[in-house]
This record gives sequence, structure tokens and C-alpha cells, in this order.
Amino acid sequence: MSDDTSLTLFQQQEANRRRTVLLVIGFVAFFAWLGFGGDYIYYLSTRDAPSTVYHHVFPWFGIALTVIALLTAWYAYATGPEKVLWSTGARAVVDPTDPQEKQLVNVVEEMAIAAGVPRPRIWIVDDPDPNAFATGTDPLHAHIAVTRGLLDLCNRDELQAVVGHELGHVKNLDVRLMTMLAALVGAVALMHDGATRVLRGGTNLGGGSGGGSRGGGKKGGAGPLLAILLVVWILSWILAPIITQILALAVSRKREYLADAMSAQFTRNPLALAGALQKIEGAVAPTTAIKRGAAHLCITDPLGRRLTAREGLFADALATHPPMAKRIAILRGMGYAQLKKEGGSVA
Amino acid sequence: MGPIIMLVVLVVVAAWLVGAYNGLISLKNQTLNAFKQIDVQLKRRHDLIPNLVNAVKGAMDFERSTLEAVIQARNQAVKVNATGPEGIKQISQAENALSSALQRLMVVVEQYPQLKATGNIGQLQEELTSTENKVAFARQLYNDTATQYNTRQQQFPTNLVAGLAKAQPADLWELEEQADKAVPQVDLSMKPKV
Repeated sequence: MSDDTSLTLFQQQEANRRRTVLLVIGFVAFFAWLGFGGDYIYYLSTRDAPSTVYHHVFPWFGIALTVIALLTAWYAYATGPEKVLWSTGARAVVDPTDPQEKQLVNVVEEMAIAAGVPRPRIWIVDDPDPNAFATGTDPLHAHIAVTRGLLDLCNRDELQAVVGHELGHVKNLDVRLMTMLAALVGAVALMHDGATRVLRGGTNLGGGSGGGSRGGGKKGGAGPLLAILLVVWILSWILAPIITQILALAVSRKREYLADAMSAQFTRNPLALAGALQKIEGAVAPTTAIKRGAAHLCITDPLGRRLTAREGLFADALATHPPMAKRIAILRGMGYAQLKKEGGSVA
Repeated sequence: MGPIIMLVVLVVVAAWLVGAYNGLISLKNQTLNAFKQIDVQLKRRHDLIPNLVNAVKGAMDFERSTLEAVIQARNQAVKVNATGPEGIKQISQAENALSSALQRLMVVVEQYPQLKATGNIGQLQEELTSTENKVAFARQLYNDTATQYNTRQQQFPTNLVAGLAKAQPADLWELEEQADKAVPQVDLSMKPKV
């Protein structure tokens, strides 16, 4: 490790801290817009109504939604890792008797020493498809989970390389950003479903009473502004889950290359990770235990989407993971460079 | 204008000084900590070896010399380790000797299928592999951190503060060529390339 790589590690950690804060601010701001925007629209539409009818002057929706968003963000930070692990049905490995699990614990301990981080908690997902992911908020509160399929498929070196990849995510604080994102994407999806139900009820109601208010609205000058606001506002509601999904995709791809490189740095054996990725790719079956929400946390796309296999603008924009062939090629390049200068190199 | 510019320059220089000094101190402590880690792992290994030898002693009566070499190397390593971090060269020599003795034992174990067949030996082998890896990775981390520390304190302009931070080049944990060559070229331990 040269001075430069340590600087990039530090920068990477800083960038991840910053991005997590930005993510939370964006999340809260988006909900504030939904709330206060709704208030404003409601205010405009009731402004010219006769004094006997309800006038919406105090921004109740805005305050309520902002508070909800803040609480959600706090809750996501506090319980995100547990929620992610729970959603995959992982079980903790505490005192293993099974030789395979014992080996996993040993390998994780070894990699934690190589990475210079405390030993994370270890989990196993009982799924026959090979995959692995890391979650947590910082290296002191980190979790590493692998599937039973990975333990069965990989030899010791390959398992070590995969664990090294995951510890790379832990060390450069990728886990904090990705776990937050997973928790918030889940929250948005949940709220969206709930809100859609309420809104649908609301528009039905509005349709019923709309006939009465339309006559009054024509006199006021707020018509076009109201219409534009309403369209943008409704679009925001509809697009919320899609926006968060795209965010989740965009944030995770470049990180995989970096974590691959960190694994190679920890194990000094890039060919082992190349071998592991090759085996994992060979097992095409999707990891059924891991749902869409946690997909971007995994070492390889658990949904088995074919996009991951291709390159290009479309795939680059929509896949959670970079093309496997490219990752393997980069690792092989590292491996051959290492073999070439073997002999004179010290640790 | 003059005094203000002077002040700004002073503040910038002071800020850089503080940053460079703290950076060096942080690296120094990281290096010390990484060295402690090696110590921890070596102690673990020293504690494990007697158990390991006892476990295979009965089944390996015919390989007494290999076992004795391991015990001897272990005792030597424990003795040298007691001298403290000053004798890093000696410690690494003793530990490398122990590593090669252990690797020879592993090769011998591999050669007797009836030994391997018992699950006990399989578990011990896994423990031994893991212990060797832990020692190797702890050294790797120490060497990486120490190299970073050494580079930083020699580079301009940080070298100007090196004296102030009492920074001195840290010794790297070297792999003894001799010990390395004595090991047969059979990679059964799946050790990382150190």
C-alpha cells in the first residue's frame, strides 16, 4: 500500500460520510416538498373560497411529513443493518461446530486482521445460490453475511477473497451509505404504497366536491400556477420509488471495482477473487432469499438480471453491478502483474 | 495590507504544521498498534502448538524428528519474543524458523492419508492454516502501515516536521530468504503469498 492508496481510502471514507448526509438531506427535503407543496396547493385552491368554507393556512401536511421523514431517517440509521439482515433471513454464527462455519469464522478473522478492522459479526443465509453482502454503519458495527451456497462452492482461498471484498466495503464506509439507502428505499416504497391508497381515496373525494369548487376557481388568477404545481406534485409522488431505485443503482456500481481492488490488497491474491467471481457467475440461479431492496449490497446481483452480463449505456444506467467479465479481467490483470514480479517482492 | 497578508501566511503555515504533525503521530500509533497485533497473533500460535503436537504425537511416532523440530522452534520463538520489540530482527528469524518447521509438519501430515482421514486432524489443519494466515496478515498490515509511515516521514515537505514528531523509520518484518527456500514448494496450507 503506497501513500496514495491510503489517501484515496481516506477520501473514500469522507466521500461516503458526505454522501450519506446528502442522502438523508435529500430524503427529508423530498418529503418536505411533498408536504409543503401539498399545503401550498391546498392553500391556493381554498384561498378564494367563501369565508364559510375551510381555508388551509397552516402547513400541517408539510410539518407532519417532514417530521415523519426525519424519524424515518433516524430509524433507518438506528436499525438499518438489522432490517437488512432480517429481510434476508440470515442467522448469526456465534459458536460454530460445523467445520464449514468454523472455517468461515477463521477466514473472517484473518481478513479483519489484514484489513486492520475489528472482527465483524458473521451471518449465514441458508440459500443454495452463492452470494455475500456486508452491512452496518461503521467498522465497529459491521456485519458480513454469506450464503450457504457460497460456502459449498468456494475453496478456502476464494472464500477469503470474497470476505476480503466485503471487508473492503466495510473499511471504506460503503456499508453506511448502502445500508442507509436500502433502508430509505424500503421506507419510500412503504410510504408510497400507503400514500397512494390515501390519495386514491382523496381524489375520489375531490372529484365529488370538485364540481362545486370549480365554479369559484374560475374567478381567481391562480388557475395555471395551481395546475402546474399539481402536475409536478403528483409526478413527484408517482416517481418517488423510481428515483430512489435509480439512486440505489447509480451508487453501487463503481464501488464494486474498488472493493475488488481492496480484496486483492488484503489477500495479495487477486486470482482467488477472479476464480470466486467466475464460480459465482456460473451459478446463474437467483438468490431467492435476497430481495430487491438489498440487491445493491451484494457481491453479485442476486436477482440474476442479465443486464449485469452486458456493457453499454443502457446496462450502465440500469444494472446494480458492473459486468462480471470486466471485473474478472481486471483481477486477472492484477494477478499476472503480481506473478511477473514475484520473487523480489516483500509482503 | 502588509500585516494582514503576513497573518494569513502565518495561519496557513501553522495549519499545515499541525496537519502534518498530527498525520505523522497518527501513522506512528497505527504502526505501533499493527506491531502489537503481530505479537497477539504470535502468542496465539505459541499457545496452539503444544496442543497440536499432542494431538498428532500418538499417530506420528515415526516422525519424531519433525515434531521435535516444531517444539524446539516454538520454544526458541517464545524465548526470543520475551526480549521485547527491540529485537525485531531476531524475533522474525525465530518465527520464520517456526513457520518452516510447521509447514514441514503439514507436508508430512499430508503424506499419511490415514492421519488425514480422522476428522480431528482436519480440524487441526484448519486451525493451523488459520493461525499461520493470521500471523502472515498481521505482518502484512504492519509492513504496509510501517512503509506508509516511513514514506511519509521521508517525503518533502513532511520530512521537515519529522524531527518534531520524533518520527524514526520503522523496521519492516522481513521474510528470511533461507527459511523460505528450506520449505518444499508444495502449497498445501493455502497460505497467502507473503
